[in-house]
Amino acid sequence: MERKNQNPIVNWIVKSKILGILFFVIIGAFAVYKLGTALFDNPSLFLQQVVNGLQLGFVYALIALGYTMIYGIIQLINFAHGDIFMVGAFASFYSISRYNVHLWFQNLFPSVPVMLAQIIGTVTVILVSMVVCALLAYTIERIAYKPLRTAPRISALITAIGISFFLEYFGALNFVFSPNYITYQRPFAVKSWFVGPSGFGSIESGIAPPAHSIIFSNIFLIIVFASLLLLLVLQYIVKKTKIGKAMRAVAYDKPTARLMGINSDAIISVTFALGAALAGAAGVLYAIAFPQVFFSMGITPGMKAFVAAVVGGIGSIPGAFIGALIMGQAETLSAAYISTPMRDAIAFSLLIVVLLIRPKGIMGETSSEKV
Amino acid sequence: MKKNVLLSLVILFALALAACAPAADTAAAEEPAAAAEGDTIKVASLSPLTGPVPTFGESTKNGFMMAVDEWNANGGVLGKQIEPIVEDSQCTADPAVNAANKVIDQDGVHYIVGEVCSSASIPVSEIAEEKGVLMISPTSTNSDVTLNLDGSTKDMVFRACFIDPFQGLVMAKFASDQGYTKAFVMSDQGNDYVRGLAEVFSEKFVEYGGEIVGSETYTGTDTDFSAILTKVADSGAEVLYLPDYYNVINLVAAQAKEKGVTAVMMGADGWDSSDLDLAAADGGYYSNHYSPDDTRDAVVDWVSKYNEAYGSTPDALATLAYDATNLLFAAIEKAGVDDPAAVATAMEGLSYEAVSGTVTFDEYHNPIKSAVVLQVKDGAINFVASVAP
Amino acid sequence: MKRLNKSSVLFLVGAVLVFSVIQVLISMKIINSFWSTILLQAGVMAIVALGLNLIYGFNGQFSLGQYGFYAIGAYTAADITYRWTQLHSASGLTVVLMIAILAGITIMLIRNVVTKIRGLDTLSAFALYLTAVVFSIFVAIKIGQLIANPVTALFNSLPEQTSQYIIYLLAVLLGGAIAAEVSFLFGLPVLTLGSDYFGIATLGFSIIVKVLLDNSDTMLGFAEMKGARGMIGIPKVTTWAFVFFFLLLTVVIIRNLLNSSYGRAIVSIREDETAATSMGIDVAFYKTITFVIGSFFAGLAGGLYAHINGFLHPNTFSFVKSFDPLIIVVFGGLGSVTGTVGAAFGWALVLEGVLRLVLPDGFETWRFVIYPALLLVMMLLKPNGLFGNYEIPFIRSIVPALKEKKADSETAKEAA
Repeated sequence: MERKNQNPIVNWIVKSKILGILFFVIIGAFAVYKLGTALFDNPSLFLQQVVNGLQLGFVYALIALGYTMIYGIIQLINFAHGDIFMVGAFASFYSISRYNVHLWFQNLFPSVPVMLAQIIGTVTVILVSMVVCALLAYTIERIAYKPLRTAPRISALITAIGISFFLEYFGALNFVFSPNYITYQRPFAVKSWFVGPSGFGSIESGIAPPAHSIIFSNIFLIIVFASLLLLLVLQYIVKKTKIGKAMRAVAYDKPTARLMGINSDAIISVTFALGAALAGAAGVLYAIAFPQVFFSMGITPGMKAFVAAVVGGIGSIPGAFIGALIMGQAETLSAAYISTPMRDAIAFSLLIVVLLIRPKGIMGETSSEKV
Repeated sequence: MKKNVLLSLVILFALALAACAPAADTAAAEEPAAAAEGDTIKVASLSPLTGPVPTFGESTKNGFMMAVDEWNANGGVLGKQIEPIVEDSQCTADPAVNAANKVIDQDGVHYIVGEVCSSASIPVSEIAEEKGVLMISPTSTNSDVTLNLDGSTKDMVFRACFIDPFQGLVMAKFASDQGYTKAFVMSDQGNDYVRGLAEVFSEKFVEYGGEIVGSETYTGTDTDFSAILTKVADSGAEVLYLPDYYNVINLVAAQAKEKGVTAVMMGADGWDSSDLDLAAADGGYYSNHYSPDDTRDAVVDWVSKYNEAYGSTPDALATLAYDATNLLFAAIEKAGVDDPAAVATAMEGLSYEAVSGTVTFDEYHNPIKSAVVLQVKDGAINFVASVAP
Repeated sequence: MKRLNKSSVLFLVGAVLVFSVIQVLISMKIINSFWSTILLQAGVMAIVALGLNLIYGFNGQFSLGQYGFYAIGAYTAADITYRWTQLHSASGLTVVLMIAILAGITIMLIRNVVTKIRGLDTLSAFALYLTAVVFSIFVAIKIGQLIANPVTALFNSLPEQTSQYIIYLLAVLLGGAIAAEVSFLFGLPVLTLGSDYFGIATLGFSIIVKVLLDNSDTMLGFAEMKGARGMIGIPKVTTWAFVFFFLLLTVVIIRNLLNSSYGRAIVSIREDETAATSMGIDVAFYKTITFVIGSFFAGLAGGLYAHINGFLHPNTFSFVKSFDPLIIVVFGGLGSVTGTVGAAFGWALVLEGVLRLVLPDGFETWRFVIYPALLLVMMLLKPNGLFGNYEIPFIRSIVPALKEKKADSETAKEAA
């Protein structure tokens, strides 16, 4: 098969793949130059943008985890995932605004420090959303995906698109969520701090923070903490528990798993519920970070998180996490230093470039071809 | 297998028949319909009830229906009852064209109130012009809606909202009058309303001696504005001009507080909504059609009636749809006949006391009316200044 | 001369019959402009979906980028006719024509070189192609501008109607050609990716195209496209006759393509890529050519679409809408030409037509609740699409491979 070319120069070009490498090096050099000068010009501003990107990246990570789990087990691009995320956000909106769930601990034990009560309240709100989403996803899976297990893969994909449309426009009906943009009431007050050469302190609204300092908020801390925690829990479930082992077995080889006595249908349902629970948590955190809920809020973050999962290597849990962080940085830094209008275009070009270099994503197994 | 194929074919035929049957029916029934036209006047509303911004469609529909109900309660137009027809146009060209064709060809409508988005209003305006149907768009700011490519005015197309230059100018003048010299402009690259205002503001603000220290664009689906707001904070801007709708304002304002942005936010009538987050947008200014403090009967009536019917204060979209519909009916009354061409002529010479002030139309079929500048302060919206065109 | 067989005759007679009946009904205004516009949209959508069915249904490459090429075709064609009708200049036509020709020649030339070099990796080849094509475009623009004036004079010497239609038809074809060339360049590296990854990359492509169109006036420098303000001033010349003609052409081309050795190679790649390779089929080549042809049809449809409303807006080509052709293809039956055409018409007539008429007042918002519900029910009842693998005799008789349900069991096995 591999016959050599006669001309040694041509041979070298072919062997070294120099042309393709040069192409990417030129693009990469441009980006590095842009970002390098930005860092050099104003390091604190650059770091601030990195922090902004981190916050976005951690939110994407939560959504991406659900995508990657479902894809990993039944190779379904679950386009409805973003809309389950939306339902999660709405569930928390109602539990906060209508039922004051975030205050239950404070009301029961008024003597407990406010901070602790707020944390417990917020966690409760997140848990409620997770349960709602898990139940919803379980129902959807039973009705819409399970009957299609043996049908072509694309049928399930179209069903997912159908479910996605349905959740959006059913939600947009006046007696459901209404088509309005609804301001979201956070379960706790926002607090921002600055850290930099002039020390550390909290920011009062309307007063500019000292120059050259980096600003972060309690929302940022909560998102980072919650994402890392959920990642660890998920890793534990998948790697250490019996059900996780069953999931991996089903993902690897369904018929064999069935022969080993694993109820693969049940395992798939559980995976859906688990993925949806993550989407629910992501919905709450997203709404806390960007305090607005509306029926189509899931489309864009859902799509970007999915792309992040692909960049990271879909099917891989750490991959989804890394992909999401890259996606967050790519979006924020390109908006900050390259071109705001092209922000999405750059993020997607990055996706294509990553796929060209690593066709199965950054953490994807390159040799997973099952023949 | 064969059975399935047969079944599918039967289904398809049934669908095709179902599709054609109503068409044939109405075509055949056109004569009696024309005869029955004497009893009612049909008016259609095209609004994005589904698609990306159904909330705008909902407000527009509410405003439209309130105007129709009021006129009907007072005996209708020209002594005839008004028959409203509401159609969904999704803020997109194709569905809007289909909706317009449907109301004109199937329902025999002569008057259209809509569409909301310029991207849907432009193709609809061409159909209206072609078929001699009067169209008044409540909120489409793009100049192409009422103008042909060669700059001539479309005979049958009007609008009820300000065009971009006026509101941009108002805010630029107001900002420089307040002594601000540095402004940062943010706009949605995919929304011509926002883009148009931002461009005019930037131009005029410089003319008044100010400086634009930065301008950034985003897309309508963005929720994370931290990268841009960090730039705003860094640029030392005193004014952040953001002429988008209230939903974007709420997000930007909330994040601006976290990012330590101290610039005063300014915007346009898109801010006008009961859903505007007053706490987050505190201190911001925006231009609008009327002030809630206004004591004119038209305003007081409108706000209280809307509140009664829908449980919230009307936003700019509902107000403009209400005004547009009222203008239309007033023009029909003035013309005295149910004939779109005559009504168009009547509308050109109309002077009507609408919620957003006394409206007359200029030669380009744009309304001439004054604007007010309002401020969000301590959970309330206060009147600051009034600007005549 | 080739003998016409019975099914071909039947097909042609049927096509002429369908065309003339609808044409007569439109002329007699029995089909009013509400329904005739929907028919035009359905026909255009059928062409887009047929292109996608070729890529996905017959070649097995899961593509979500069809709307990107559709948009490219639409804007290219619109720009040509805009310049002719509004600026009275054929410069758009000559420049695009030269780009299409020179870029095509360049691609052929580079292909000659590249195939001679053994073992050149895809990315290097891509870099070569890209550089050469960019260079050829610069040359083409210069030549195009040079010959613009004489060509304008030539068209001016023709009767107004004639030159208008010639330019329109050329614009539609060039829309397809440009889309095809872009798809070649894009497909070259991306087609090496696995199926789902290819789908995501193409999704990225259509989003990038949408962003560029949003900024077409500022970043691309086409002031007349007006970016997000929407392009106006495009002549409304697309009629049922044109749409039907191009739809028929698409069906016949796809049928003949599938009947050829190319078609068997294309289908064999869907069935089993490894087996196809071992039979000596140049998988990369056939994947590319299928992708290019499919995109050509998308571009062609875009050209037709641009001249229906005479208005183009980037929102028409948004991410959510780009699922439409995929839904149609799966709905009609993957790998069924008949099904795709039927589904495209059924989809447009039901969604835009019937649902608008049957929903009572106050339920306008339910249109998009009923639509996905219908979609779900259909998928659950007929997971292989409305028509499954059924084909009308004209197409069926020559594509025996499609009768078997092998593709489904294959994917099912893969999923299992």
